[in-house]
Amino acid sequence: MKTQNQKAWFFVLPVLLLVAFNALIPMMTVVNYSVQETFGNNVFFFEGLRWFEELLNSDRFHAALGRQFLFTGIILAIEVPLGIIIALSMPRQGIWVPVCLVTMALPMLIPWNVVGAMWNIFTLPEIGLLGYVMNHTLGIAYDMTQNPLAAWITIIVMDVWHWTSLVVLLSYAGLVSIPDAYYQAAKIDGASAWSVFRYIQLPKMKTVLTIAILLRFMDSFNIYTEPFVLTGGGPGNSTTLLSIDLVKIALGQFDLGPAAAMSLIYFAITLLVSWLFYTLMTKDDAK
Amino acid sequence: MAKITLSKLKHSYYPAPNGPDDYALKEIDLDWSDGGAYALLGPSGCGKSTLLNIISGLLAPSEGRILFDDKDVTGLPPNQRNIAQVFQFPVIYDTMSVFDNLAFPLRNRGVAEDHVKARVLEIAEMLEVTDMLTTRAANLSPDNKQKISMGRGLVRDDVNVVMFDEPLTVIDPHLKWKLRSKLKELHQKVRATMIYVTHDQTEALTFADQVVVMQEGEIVQIGTPVELFERPAHTFVGHFIGSPGMNVLPAEIRDGGAYFEGHPIAVEGAVKGGDGVAQIGVRPEFVKLGSYGMPATVRKVAEVGRHSVVDAVVGDTLIKAVTGSDVPGQGEQIHLSFAQEHTRVYRNGWLATERAGT
Repeated sequence: MKTQNQKAWFFVLPVLLLVAFNALIPMMTVVNYSVQETFGNNVFFFEGLRWFEELLNSDRFHAALGRQFLFTGIILAIEVPLGIIIALSMPRQGIWVPVCLVTMALPMLIPWNVVGAMWNIFTLPEIGLLGYVMNHTLGIAYDMTQNPLAAWITIIVMDVWHWTSLVVLLSYAGLVSIPDAYYQAAKIDGASAWSVFRYIQLPKMKTVLTIAILLRFMDSFNIYTEPFVLTGGGPGNSTTLLSIDLVKIALGQFDLGPAAAMSLIYFAITLLVSWLFYTLMTKDDAK
Repeated sequence: MAKITLSKLKHSYYPAPNGPDDYALKEIDLDWSDGGAYALLGPSGCGKSTLLNIISGLLAPSEGRILFDDKDVTGLPPNQRNIAQVFQFPVIYDTMSVFDNLAFPLRNRGVAEDHVKARVLEIAEMLEVTDMLTTRAANLSPDNKQKISMGRGLVRDDVNVVMFDEPLTVIDPHLKWKLRSKLKELHQKVRATMIYVTHDQTEALTFADQVVVMQEGEIVQIGTPVELFERPAHTFVGHFIGSPGMNVLPAEIRDGGAYFEGHPIAVEGAVKGGDGVAQIGVRPEFVKLGSYGMPATVRKVAEVGRHSVVDAVVGDTLIKAVTGSDVPGQGEQIHLSFAQEHTRVYRNGWLATERAGT
């Protein structure tokens, strides 16, 4: 007979406690706020689902959500192909491998607010290297504090500069794990360079690429520090992404109820898109 | 299909080799006739894979030429040589169906789709994978994956030579045997020249009509499995083929006669090269245990299926004998004798006796 005891619970307990204090309890306070109204002094009034209804019908939320999806869509569309191309052109062996790898990893080591500050100074029209060259040498009017398009281009270029390396490093790891025999067989089979990419390299990179895209989606969808330091959401509201808007509502306007409701919806969207993407990408493997 | 000629082929992985030790292939001259089944047999690192990659064009030789039907192909890339190669680990295109995998080499060469279909179905029939044609190749078992890689080699009807680089390494033992006989059967059906590289003597001997034994970048002997077994040209072949391998005993040649531990030994024919130090080679199968011959002590007896391997000591030298009946016990005193027509003298490893009757 199998002996049963409850010892296992004891081993799970630390994780349970950690998750509880780390995620569940803070999350529940947010849920608690999201159904109440407060005017300070720790006095709360129950409001039910009112904040959720208002938020889902608010133009401001729709606009911020739209900007968020646009931003994430653009940076994914640039970083993923660019990352794969860079990974494909990196050497597989020799002394240049560590040089390439370290160079690639450098941007990721820089703290997020430093990245924002760097790019802010870099693009200043009068003293920043990029800003000065654009305005005074090339004669292109470029000021991201005035022009929304310039602000968008800047935050996108900044994100591409900061995070393409992640896609590169993960893709590279996938590429170097392909045994030589695959390339030799493809040569013998008369496969073109495109076929080699389509039928050997891409399938072998699929798992790491899935993870890379997932990480880039979540990070870019929740991005706050870099655009906040760089543009502060402006000019106007043109680069006010979801997280920046959320902070404005919560800390700027001190509307804790609507901010809590927005956090939950924000979280639900991130979770849903990640889950959908992951399920779609791993569907074939289960067959 | 083609005759393959290797002429003065040498290869070194060093850009500027100095001395023969830097060469992975020392100098290979070889003719492979059209439609033959050959095996390249040798221990790991003997240069057999190097040789294979040179024939397929994945590697350019340092010196020498490769001819297919007397046409020099030394400078041609793999896809222009019309060869096929099956690798140690099954190489399949994961995202494609089995059908598309088999069709891939044909489609890359712009073969008409109806001909592609006919060929794929024919090859699938031969390999017994017809029922898997629509399956995604990634979901196959290792032996079926390896079958598909073989199929991709066989599907082209203009293929000059199909090469196998230890193709059964990752296959389960009970399926190895099946795939091996399948390969033999395929060779008889398609009659393409096939070269099979392996370090496993069973695989080489069952597959090939002619076995090329290599050691340290050199060809030691070429022959049929029977020839390799019965008359090894080098003690290495004697060791490497057979289980257990040939006994190689220290000997002395005096006045044209061979002596081992002071006992005169009758060998198959006249000894070449005069008096001096030599070795006597005799397979355990041809060592007779009985009441006459050299006195010996039994040190160990191992039962191997239907026969037993007896380790006996004469003087300080261990001799292995294979016997089917009358197995002596450990420590017993026995007498050994060698079958004369299978007892040979080797000098510096190479055979040094005339064939019996000459």
